Amino acid sequence: MKNARDKNYMPDSYGYFGEYGGRFVPETLVAALKELEKGFRHIARSPSFRSELSHYLKYYVGRPTPLYFAERMSADLGGAKVYLKREDLAHTGAHKINNTVGQVLLAKKLGKKRIIAETGAGQHGVATATAAALFGLPCEVYMGELDVKRQALNVDRMRLLGTKVVPVYSGSMTLKDAMNEAIRDWVTNVETTHYVIGSVAGPHPYPEIVRYFQSVIGTEAKRQIMEAEHRLPDVLIACIGGGSNSMGLFYPFIKNDEVKLIGVEAGGLGIKSGKHGASLTAGEKGVLHGTMTKILMDRDGQIINPHSISAGLDYPGVGPELSHLHDTGRLKVFTANDDAVLSATSYLSKTEGIIPALESAHAIACARTYVKRLPKNTVVIINISGRGDKDMDIIRENIDLINNKGRLKEYHD
Amino acid sequence: MTDRIKNTFGALAERGEKAFIAYIMAGDPDMNKTLVYARALIQGGADIIELGMPFSDPIADGPTIQQAAQRALQSKTNISKIFALVRTLRKTSGIPIVLMGYINPVLKYGTKRFFEDAARSGVDGLILPDLPLEEIDHVKEYAVQSGIDIILLAAPTSDRKRLVELLRHTRGFLYYISMTGVTGSQKKMGHAAFESIRWIRKNTQKPVAVGFGISTPRQAKTIAALADGIVVGSAFVKLIENNKNASARIAALTRSLKSAVNIH
Repeated sequence: MKNARDKNYMPDSYGYFGEYGGRFVPETLVAALKELEKGFRHIARSPSFRSELSHYLKYYVGRPTPLYFAERMSADLGGAKVYLKREDLAHTGAHKINNTVGQVLLAKKLGKKRIIAETGAGQHGVATATAAALFGLPCEVYMGELDVKRQALNVDRMRLLGTKVVPVYSGSMTLKDAMNEAIRDWVTNVETTHYVIGSVAGPHPYPEIVRYFQSVIGTEAKRQIMEAEHRLPDVLIACIGGGSNSMGLFYPFIKNDEVKLIGVEAGGLGIKSGKHGASLTAGEKGVLHGTMTKILMDRDGQIINPHSISAGLDYPGVGPELSHLHDTGRLKVFTANDDAVLSATSYLSKTEGIIPALESAHAIACARTYVKRLPKNTVVIINISGRGDKDMDIIRENIDLINNKGRLKEYHD
Repeated sequence: MTDRIKNTFGALAERGEKAFIAYIMAGDPDMNKTLVYARALIQGGADIIELGMPFSDPIADGPTIQQAAQRALQSKTNISKIFALVRTLRKTSGIPIVLMGYINPVLKYGTKRFFEDAARSGVDGLILPDLPLEEIDHVKEYAVQSGIDIILLAAPTSDRKRLVELLRHTRGFLYYISMTGVTGSQKKMGHAAFESIRWIRKNTQKPVAVGFGISTPRQAKTIAALADGIVVGSAFVKLIENNKNASARIAALTRSLKSAVNIH
């Protein structure tokens, strides 16, 4: 009953991609998720909504973002042609805004009076706060106390945008706990409130909604690479935490089997150390935050606190569709450890004059090893999901590591 | 196959009484204490015992039960130990025992094995707040085989059509969440919830118990008047949190709540 039609890449009516997905939520939320699903199908996909959204994406977000041919990096990595999809140039400095403008606009059409969100690095929080300000709705963002401290700049940005930032002191005080608290708020205020989930995770229909709004990344990249190279790319590379920037880039290429999809997870201090955020690489099937997917857990099924130098990848789960794509072999996954990520941040800054977010630097870290093995004239697109300004404190603290070279850890099944 | 839950509601109805269901977190602060506290609940006159199975990320619980789960996890509580506790309780009591927890630890334990071991230990029912009707197929087959009741939850946001479905699929009783919120919430029960419960009782033979946010005898009395039973959890968990030895207080609160639900 619960099998996605594999070649269609759409979830079944229960929200399953293969054996992953579904709707594991308290009864109180079921009606709201059904309402959201209906609203998404009838409103968000209508021509009038799409044209309104396009307007905001163009004149407010600044889309399309460039697809930039990274000449020096290409030469340095041995001749493959490396293109960077510049989501760091979108308003607020990351791809997260694509989804929040879409969801908040949808929430407004559904008559919701209040917006809530969870955030890790603060990029989704800032993007939600921005969209809430744009559409004139009050907003509260839940953020783990640890992240409040290590992403102080984004906390200030959210507050300046008129959003209330609520520190979360439970559990590991990071993204997963912020998400728990946001769900509890939603259970309590479900009748008036829309919960803007920032990743392709969470209960059905969120993985599909977020993928839909983020697909603008891949749709643009496809058109841009056709203009530049007159052909499809050979490889797409993106970092994976929950998976929103990767699904956004991958999805418009998903039926083009000749385009390789490469995801890069947070290797943290190394898979063997147990301190990482690599749910696809090292996780097992379970249920977290309303969805069945690959998660990090102990032998009793308790969620393990993940670790990553980048707050945005510090999450013990991953979007269900990515679990499915990984199982079917459509998606290949590598990990990049913290040290390699810091080194990659420095590398892109010095080679191309682009300071990437630590999250995006995972994709660069992988590319530095992976692209070298590719034949000349292979076309590669790397998603630069966000800019690195928010990470300057962490980069400053780790300046020694940055000067040493890190190594990419490869994943073997 | 046990009929302890059904028989309990049947016997109470014959006497014109309402069910008083008490919840505590297994392993909070440790298993020895939970055994003592469960016996205090039985002594105080609870009709059904609910034992929480701790989970690291309990999305349906307020701070009181979240912290209880953290204490239970610190004392290394897991499903095997909870089954052992139930076996011990079963040696001296025939009270219905319901486990309440989240789906992930159950899946990790192995669903088939979970239900077999639960039945063998003397568990009567299971409440999984993050497993709504749509996902019930993940456990249903094993639940039926083991004779363990899957008790479904209904909420003020569940419309009539859905209530019919929930009532059709729930076993033992229907657990009605009194307000949109998490456990231990201070929100008051709204008009829609009252109406829904009246409608349920008019249209079905299945018992309905109301929970979430009930802590005082006064609330217990009002809500019990229109349902078949009430559930109190956070109030007991708070006693356990604040007292090194909470047995006497637990028994006393149980007695006062039990007598409140039976005043008409």
